[in-house]
Amino acid sequence: MNSQSRGKWLALLCLVPFAVFFIAFQIAPLAWVAINSLQSDAGWGIDNFIKAFNSRFYRQAMQYSLEISFWSSLIGIIIAILGSYSLRKVPSRLRDFVSAFANMTSNFSGVPLAFAFIILLGFNGALTLILKQAGIIDDFNLYSKTGLIILYTYFQIPLGVLLLYPAFDALREDWRESASLLGASSWDFWRHIGIPVLTPALLGTFVILLANALGAYATVYALTTGNFNVLPIRIAAMVAGDITLDPNMASALAMILVGMMTLVTVVHQWLLKRSYHVSR
Amino acid sequence: MSRAERRPPGLYHRVVVYLLFLILLAPLLGTFVYSIATSWSATILPDGLTYKWYVALWSDPRFLRAFGQSLLVCVGALALSVVLILPLLFVVHYHFPRLDALMNILILLPFAVPPVVSSVGLLQLYGSGPLAMVGTPWILIGCYFTVALPFMYRAITNNLQAINLVDLMDAAQLLGANTFQAAFLVVLPNLRKGLMIALLLSFSFLFGEFVFANLLVGTRYETLQVYLNNMRNSSGHFNSALVISYFLFVLLLTWAANRLNKDKD
Repeated sequence: MNSQSRGKWLALLCLVPFAVFFIAFQIAPLAWVAINSLQSDAGWGIDNFIKAFNSRFYRQAMQYSLEISFWSSLIGIIIAILGSYSLRKVPSRLRDFVSAFANMTSNFSGVPLAFAFIILLGFNGALTLILKQAGIIDDFNLYSKTGLIILYTYFQIPLGVLLLYPAFDALREDWRESASLLGASSWDFWRHIGIPVLTPALLGTFVILLANALGAYATVYALTTGNFNVLPIRIAAMVAGDITLDPNMASALAMILVGMMTLVTVVHQWLLKRSYHVSR
Repeated sequence: MSRAERRPPGLYHRVVVYLLFLILLAPLLGTFVYSIATSWSATILPDGLTYKWYVALWSDPRFLRAFGQSLLVCVGALALSVVLILPLLFVVHYHFPRLDALMNILILLPFAVPPVVSSVGLLQLYGSGPLAMVGTPWILIGCYFTVALPFMYRAITNNLQAINLVDLMDAAQLLGANTFQAAFLVVLPNLRKGLMIALLLSFSFLFGEFVFANLLVGTRYETLQVYLNNMRNSSGHFNSALVISYFLFVLLLTWAANRLNKDKD
């Protein structure tokens, strides 16, 4: 009895180093941000947040962040759905090769990805020139919102495939056969069976993609040297930029970013519950 | 009839998979061709081929230093992670299984709080004072531990469940081993392969980390990603050689992890 409780104390002691590092590098910085977002020249209060929402510049950053994240996640998940569904239907050699490749390209993001896109789709990029000569586009600006949506979509696709591929396990092939025996068309099958069964996985993946895009900093920084107005760029510029440093305002914007992610997650949980009610 | 119906969808799925492959391949292929081109501007195909950009890259001392420093930071961070996470997992799963639920919430934090948010606090907390770590590799090692944590925790948890930790410990103790002996000599060897895979994969994404490296340390201890970003104004061909070299290195790591994973089954 005594030695056992001593064992438990010893075991708890083993957790101390982990707790120290986790608090120092994860909890403390977040706590600092949360506390200092409520502090401004005027003292304690929500002045920073009022200022952030009243400023057109910051509102534009929020809007661009949301727009780019939403569209890149939507396009990314659609491509990932089509891709991972088809992956299950092709011979295993092709499937293994392409899914391993998708796995590897999920590490191809940030600065190297931005460089690759400049070479391919920049003002003199090979693909830009081909499309221009074919008369499909007049001009293409990679450094614009559309350009960023395409770039973000690229790094969403491998992640989407990785997350969705296992989800299609839930969809059994014999259901499809039974449905078609009972006279359901392909559309009926997807409308009444396929999509409802996949909904939780689709929602979950969409939320992860959204969070991934909202927090993305490296790619857009490397592409535009920090000149495109999205939240992560604004936050970083106010703590590490060379113009004006304002850590309190940066904290407020950081809390808004975390707030957006939390909101997305809460909505996801709520939708998930609803989708289960509908299916039952 | 059903067979006649099945053939066209087969073709459709093949086309989709090839298209997916092509989309994922295009930026890499473009970069690769650019890296072996003598010059390539305002034309669809390059003028000529060369490997001089790779020679230039691999003989640049600044590149080699950045590469070495990246390796050091990642290895350091993973060593720290193993030292901190393995005892944690062991204690949680063997002594306090109920803590696992709490841990599963805690390990969401590194994922839910983007690095750019953490950086705001880290810069103020460790910029000066007794724990002034900003600008040194030490702060990166600490941050990378949090980046690797969710993945490592999940991966090793899956392994622990697969080996039946409690039975294994009981068996070892029945044969006369004390808790430490059982943990080190029986459980750890059984985790070796799973741990290796988790480490290789963590390494491959830590190696590509840019936000912490650039905001907290920058050129004071230049890692590969920061170097790449700082070279933005040099030749695009040189940069492409850099991107391709980086990707091949990561490819090697993920390939090794995949191989290990297959052997396991």
